[in-house]
Amino acid sequence: MVSAVFHSPRAVADTPAAERSSPAKPALTLASPPSSPTPAAAPEREPFDFQGLLGKVLPPVLGIALLIGIWALLTMKSTTFPSPAATFDAAVKLFADPFYSKGPNDQGIGWNILFSLQRVALGFGLAAAVGIPAGFIIGRFEFVNRMFSPLISLLRPVSPLAWLPIGLLVFKAANPAAIWTIFICSIWPMVVNTAVGVQRVPQDYLNVARVLNLSEWKVMTRILLPAVLPYMLTGVRLSVGTAWLVIVAAEMLTGGVGIGFWVWDEWNNLNVQHIIIAIFVIGIVGLALEQLLILIAKRFSFDQ
Amino acid sequence: MNRFIQIHNVEMTFTTKKGSFHALREIDLIVEQGEFVTLIGHSGCGKSTLLNLIAGLTKPTGGSLLCDNREISAPGPERAVVFQNHSLLPWLSCFDNVHLAVERVFGASETKAQLDARTKAALELVGMGHALAKRPHEISGGMKQRVGIARALAMEPKVLLMDEPFGALDALTRARLQDELLAIVAKTRSTVVMVTHDVDEAVLLSDRIVMMTNGPAATIGEVLRIDIPRPRNRVELAEDPDYVHARKAVIDFLYTRHAHRETIAA
Repeated sequence: MVSAVFHSPRAVADTPAAERSSPAKPALTLASPPSSPTPAAAPEREPFDFQGLLGKVLPPVLGIALLIGIWALLTMKSTTFPSPAATFDAAVKLFADPFYSKGPNDQGIGWNILFSLQRVALGFGLAAAVGIPAGFIIGRFEFVNRMFSPLISLLRPVSPLAWLPIGLLVFKAANPAAIWTIFICSIWPMVVNTAVGVQRVPQDYLNVARVLNLSEWKVMTRILLPAVLPYMLTGVRLSVGTAWLVIVAAEMLTGGVGIGFWVWDEWNNLNVQHIIIAIFVIGIVGLALEQLLILIAKRFSFDQ
Repeated sequence: MNRFIQIHNVEMTFTTKKGSFHALREIDLIVEQGEFVTLIGHSGCGKSTLLNLIAGLTKPTGGSLLCDNREISAPGPERAVVFQNHSLLPWLSCFDNVHLAVERVFGASETKAQLDARTKAALELVGMGHALAKRPHEISGGMKQRVGIARALAMEPKVLLMDEPFGALDALTRARLQDELLAIVAKTRSTVVMVTHDVDEAVLLSDRIVMMTNGPAATIGEVLRIDIPRPRNRVELAEDPDYVHARKAVIDFLYTRHAHRETIAA
């Protein structure tokens, strides 16, 4: 209870490894602390741990300040590269009206993000629908595993952009080609992680299933699925990261409405402020997707 | 008393990457209904292998195993196993772990309320009635083992197979669980085959102790009948001449004579 209310340095050290290993964590902490340490729920008002709060908030703030400081210093005399202040002004204007629509090539940043997210959701959703069952089959049957592992090893490292022409050729349209590229790039982590998870289900659990003589359905729902779930969710998390990486590249080439296309469009307009804003937006959305999946993973994982 | 488990001339050879390994040879053993038999021997003598064969988890490479006059070809709920490391499913509560077994065995013939009652009764029998909703990681090692025993007992098996069930526990917890097991077995009149490497445990619990020679190609060296009347009390037994004599016989086999296993083999 105490650690939930007061952010002592010890509580920071206790955060799970998955959370700490996430490189983008500081940016999120920056946004959340003012809301979380409110001692409203505490029955007795103990002295507030300002030092603990400071220890948690100060380092990320300093990090961001350092980045902006260096950026400001470097752009002091530059005429082509915008300063932080100019970029901030542009961002305020941009986000004042995120959902305007003036024809297919001029839409608000909100629309661009939503269109990109929609493509990611489609491509990634299809990849999950195919990849997770495929991972189960590959993990469960040694023959299938040997059949497909060389193929997976061969196709996994292929750059997303190499898949795009195939998509354009087959679908003869930009949008399905982009979705196809996301699909093929984000499927591998899910296949591989699910397969590894199935192979690592402890023999003890399978022996329990055999002694109890459980039906295939019960083995699947009560033993395999819960045991594999943590592995599967790691795969899903990696996949979402990949999908969000791929979409920017794919949209740059295919055009349409989307954050990747928007970056390229602003480059053609030589509007560098907007490109920098886009970089931050892409980073924040990617971070949000990852955090969302970490939350889901925590919700469904059992504590050993 | 009938011949409940019959093991005839069983051979077990494992095929590994390094070649074949002859684990068991010429195993002959009969276990009667309601009997408590322990298998004892040094590490690697194949006692767990023999238990797995009775459970049906592995198939013998030679000979035959019968349970209640039927051949053992696969594992089944009538031969419940208590595993060495409890093997509870960590994502299910204690209740659900036991309920999984109860549902499998009685699900077709009983109502949901009856199944729940059976599950609760089994957990109460092992003194875990207070922890129905707890997950395995929230309870101690001894408690997990109790739930493992409850899961096995709840199936009302014909035979209870136990693979070093108390091996991972501290001495005090082990003693308490042994006493509870004695009481439960006296109440349920179960047939039990138990693997152990603890001489005191074997003498305290068993009707017969099956002593195994060292592997590879281990076999049954000697069978010792323990005629100490039940109920048995560990404090009183400590100075009982029969107990001391039986204990001495097992230690003598394990530490003095097992080196000459070729001459002992019956």
